[in-house]
Amino acid sequence: MTTVAHELKASYAFIERNFFLTRRYWGWELAFLVYSVAGALSISLIGADQGSPRLLLTLMVGAIFWNYLSVVFGWIAETIEIERWEGTLEYTMMAPIRRSTHLLGSVLYAMAFGLVHTAAILVVLFLFFPNMDLSQANFATVGLFMLLGSFSIVGLGILAAILPLLYVERGAQMAWVLQSLILLVSGVYYSVDVLPGWMRAISALSPATYVLDGVRRGLIDGAPVTTLLGEVWPLVVMGIVLIPAGLWAFGQAERYAKRTGKLKRVG
Amino acid sequence: MTATLDPQLKTTRRASDDRPAAARPARPAATKPALLIEHVTKRFTVGRKRKPVAAITDVSLRLERGEIHGVLGANGSGKSTLIRLVSGLLTLDEGRVEVFGHDIERDEMAVKRLINRVSVDAAFFKKLSPMENLVFAARLYGLDARAAKPQAIAILERLGIAQKRVGRPVEQMSRGMQQKVAIARALLTSPSLLLLDEPTTGLDPRSKLDVQSFIEEVRNSHDATIVLTTHDLAEAERLCSRISILNDGRVVAEDTPEGLKQLVATRYGEAPTLESAFMTWTGRSLDDDVEEDQSGGDE
Ligand SMILES: Nc1ncnc2c1ncn2[C@@H]1O[C@H](COP(=O)(O)OP(=O)(O)O)[C@@H](O)[C@H]1O
Ligand SMILES: [Mg+2]
Repeated sequence: MTTVAHELKASYAFIERNFFLTRRYWGWELAFLVYSVAGALSISLIGADQGSPRLLLTLMVGAIFWNYLSVVFGWIAETIEIERWEGTLEYTMMAPIRRSTHLLGSVLYAMAFGLVHTAAILVVLFLFFPNMDLSQANFATVGLFMLLGSFSIVGLGILAAILPLLYVERGAQMAWVLQSLILLVSGVYYSVDVLPGWMRAISALSPATYVLDGVRRGLIDGAPVTTLLGEVWPLVVMGIVLIPAGLWAFGQAERYAKRTGKLKRVG
Repeated sequence: MTATLDPQLKTTRRASDDRPAAARPARPAATKPALLIEHVTKRFTVGRKRKPVAAITDVSLRLERGEIHGVLGANGSGKSTLIRLVSGLLTLDEGRVEVFGHDIERDEMAVKRLINRVSVDAAFFKKLSPMENLVFAARLYGLDARAAKPQAIAILERLGIAQKRVGRPVEQMSRGMQQKVAIARALLTSPSLLLLDEPTTGLDPRSKLDVQSFIEEVRNSHDATIVLTTHDLAEAERLCSRISILNDGRVVAEDTPEGLKQLVATRYGEAPTLESAFMTWTGRSLDDDVEEDQSGGDE
């Protein structure tokens, strides 16, 4: 068997295991899905309440994309934390696989889970607002931005996954704060123009800002990709930079954890 | 590369290797020790301004293939740190470690394929079943899940875990059962070097005996070399062909159980038991918890 095939097979170990976990915790997953659907609906209803189809679509895009980002980012960011919590981290770290394989498995499951989760919300929203006007929409633009954005989200997720390696106690909390910060600055439910200047500077660094912009312009105004190159190139750059940077930093963090005894202490 | 992680199998395969000697990869010959630890030191710094704690200091060991080597020490003497260093879970501050001739730092992947470990706490995804946990482990080691399942069932059955139990969450099992599943998980990957870190600590007497006889069986039937840490003298005496006594991170004595007993009798005039050997070389009884009086050893 070639190395690539072997590594791909090994990354499936994480996909399957995460699936087992989802299955075992199905009650929680269902509760979380209901919560997410209710959240997305309530926010969209603000648009309906204001009687503005444009606002409705703007908010819906925000709610759906934010759900996708939270789920994908969350699953990846918890790669280490889950295992530390269960106590299996050392065993997984001892296994003869590359760390990139480990993370690939995590990422693939996160994306699959995110897509299913988000699709469920999408269906409910469509049922709830059957008269939505999408005649203008340019779905090629929407799809491209979601795809490009996914790379950056993955990169950010990997960077966040490092935190529990560096900070045994606070790492997971820091990842949570990072996610909250992305919510605040990326213009999920409002235009970033309303943010104070210093926050706008941060929002320019968040890939979510460009994804939301691109998706909205494509969905609501039907803008073709060619008119949105100003949003495309930052996403391309971030995707290219963040994933290798995340992998590199992960390796460094693992080395640091092994030097300082941060993987596990007791036993 | 799948289940044939056993050096025995590799040897047979290589024996028919008719390439010229120079073209063959360097082969850990029969003379290579299963585990070679040379002058290894590991310190931990907890907190910013604290002085580093020496968990392992200048430890050297050599294990021949097929041996069960005991590491005997009180709590906090550095047993787990030593095991983690060999497992690649901690980096070495000084010294070097080789597993069947592979340097653990330069040849990390090769070493990882050869070893597995069982720690005192059976670490599982507790909501998942033993089988789900074992399939995960098997996949990580590149084994075919379909082949691994019957193998897992066979190993578990031998350990007294009925097939009907393998589908229920691990958290519903007793500690003793969980520890057996942990051993099964390690064996599933056919390790050539098996690191057992206090595998019987905290088990009820019955499970303890079960696990001990299983360890013997593994040595005899799996061609595995085993490092066993323990603070159970009877266990060490029963299972180990050689014993190192660890005290404050240093090896203070090493010999066969018989050798240690004789030495303590002839040199110190003590009773020829492992107990008195341990007392003599460490100045403490085995039940002492040294973690408290090792100032700075804790947070
Ligand atoms: N990850 C760690 N971080 C800081 N100190 C540690 C760590 N692991 C072990 N130690 C310290 O090293 C010493 C040896 O511990 P350990 O190897 O766990 O002993 P044993 O397994 O024999 O009980 C103890 O003083 C312990 O507090
Ligand atoms: Mg220990």
